[in-house]
Amino acid sequence: MNADALTDCWTMTRRELAHWARQPVRLVVGVAFSVMLLLMFGYLIGGGRGVRGDYLDYLLPGMLALTMVFGLESTMLAVTQDLNKGVIDRFRSLPMADGAVLVGRAGADMLQSVLSLAALAGVGLALGWRPHGGPGAFLAAVGLLLLLRFAMLWIGIHLALVAGKPELVQAVQILVWPVGFLSNALAAPGSMPGWLGTAVEWNPMSRTATAVRDLLGAPGGEDGHLTAAILWPLALLAVFFPLAVRTFTRLGR
Amino acid sequence: MTDDPAITVEGVRKRYGGKAALDGLDLLVAPGTVHAVLGPNGAGKTTLVRILATLLRPDAGRVEVAGHDVVGGARAVRRAIGLLGQHAALDEELGGRQNLEMFGRLHHLGARHARVRADELLARFGLTDTGRKPVRAYSGGMRRRLDLAAALVTEPRVLFLDEPTTGLDPRGRAEVWASVRSLVGGGTTVLLTTQYLEEADQLADLVSLVDRGRVVAEGTPDALKSRTGGDRIDVVLRDAGQLGAAVALLPVARDDLRVDADRRLISAPVTDRMAALSGVVRALDEAGIEAEDIALRRPTLDEVFLHLTGPRDGAEERDGTEARDGVAGRDRAGDGDGTAGRDRTTDHDRTKGRAA
Repeated sequence: MNADALTDCWTMTRRELAHWARQPVRLVVGVAFSVMLLLMFGYLIGGGRGVRGDYLDYLLPGMLALTMVFGLESTMLAVTQDLNKGVIDRFRSLPMADGAVLVGRAGADMLQSVLSLAALAGVGLALGWRPHGGPGAFLAAVGLLLLLRFAMLWIGIHLALVAGKPELVQAVQILVWPVGFLSNALAAPGSMPGWLGTAVEWNPMSRTATAVRDLLGAPGGEDGHLTAAILWPLALLAVFFPLAVRTFTRLGR
Repeated sequence: MTDDPAITVEGVRKRYGGKAALDGLDLLVAPGTVHAVLGPNGAGKTTLVRILATLLRPDAGRVEVAGHDVVGGARAVRRAIGLLGQHAALDEELGGRQNLEMFGRLHHLGARHARVRADELLARFGLTDTGRKPVRAYSGGMRRRLDLAAALVTEPRVLFLDEPTTGLDPRGRAEVWASVRSLVGGGTTVLLTTQYLEEADQLADLVSLVDRGRVVAEGTPDALKSRTGGDRIDVVLRDAGQLGAAVALLPVARDDLRVDADRRLISAPVTDRMAALSGVVRALDEAGIEAEDIALRRPTLDEVFLHLTGPRDGAEERDGTEARDGVAGRDRAGDGDGTAGRDRTTDHDRTKGRAA
């Protein structure tokens, strides 16, 4: 990668930062949504079915993982809008590095995810949540969460480029809820009927949530999920990263 | 070097789902000239521009822009071109300066040069005082001007304008025309697509008439118009009984002169518009024949097509009968809005480009 390509990627990331600067409300609302879910499930609905130990310690890693999965929507929405505004055509007619449009998107979305994670963790700390592992374990947990988000990012880019229609974003916005909630984010699988519990255990998001709980010394954490929490997102990436890149380069077919 | 064509298109084909958008199209554009591609919507104009601008790959054929192949040398082509698409291709959330700076950086002008260039272009297109206003809040004309400025960030050698004035009011249209003329003065080669014969007439050195994905005629605007029968003068008399007398004394060409007794109308081809008009007025005046209406009429796009491609098969949406009788029951002002309005309702090119 030469200097021009790096500059292009940075220019495209800057473009997203400029959007934030112009519409800070949108960024705040995105982060506030995760916080709202945390408060809703932690206090209003007061769940924690089948959870032994402190529910907030159990819930927070689950909400962090859920937020990463919900990031799929914002990625899809942004790519769909660019596609429909014709601005992607303008980018493609410029002598910029081929991947810069996608790298810029990825850079901005990952930055936003870090902000969301920090905001959620901050609110959690204020409510009394405490991570129990060491700093190394904490960083590893953040890494797992961002890896999951990174996989969602490329799924989102691919789906948006394939469909190119706002209607699909709406469909995914609805579908992402059952996928997000058919996990152990909010309740322990042991409390569910057998078949549902199995499905929930297999949900890649559950693997990440369990491994994060383990790393943070939270209830519901189990050994042996770390490998799955790494391999699942990597497998999704192995499929959707090349697909997304291929779909983008084939916009001209 | 300067004799090499700025654009070479040879036998280009592009199909969308079994339907040929371009069907063996050939085109040569000399450097420093304005070349108009004239045709109705669905003729393949936008597909052609998207291929030239490296946004679409041709299925077959050879396409070179500024000496580089659009497939093999796409990056080199992109360094040499500017593109103004049918719809504004701007970041609507950012302001005008932010947009231009971003595009300048992506052309690798460097941060400072990109900023200077953005200010130059804003001043040149009268957008300096837009401040931080997002493009979303711009008027249609402002958006078009910014879009054109974005296409000119690097002073491109070849500029593509895809229906640059469709949807603009007359003032906006005049502004775009003035910009195009000043660009050509600077040596830029311009390829523009249009549905308006008048636009091709005003701007182009050469016109290619495109229909169903191929070039059906090519020439200077004057040559094309003379092939379509050129301008006509229509005279409507107050008294149908005087038709015979008027025909006998009118100083107009006799070939292709048509008389419609029901409408008390005489229609004749003219070459020198003003001479014909004053000649007819004087002749009628001297003979004491009263006219209800006298109008000069340019050939419409429909007429151009009918003359060059013949009548359509029944399946086409084109209303062949009305234009075929050649005598205007409509649209005296020229090639204008009736044609464009109907063609615009079917935006074939654009949607197909997207679907692919």
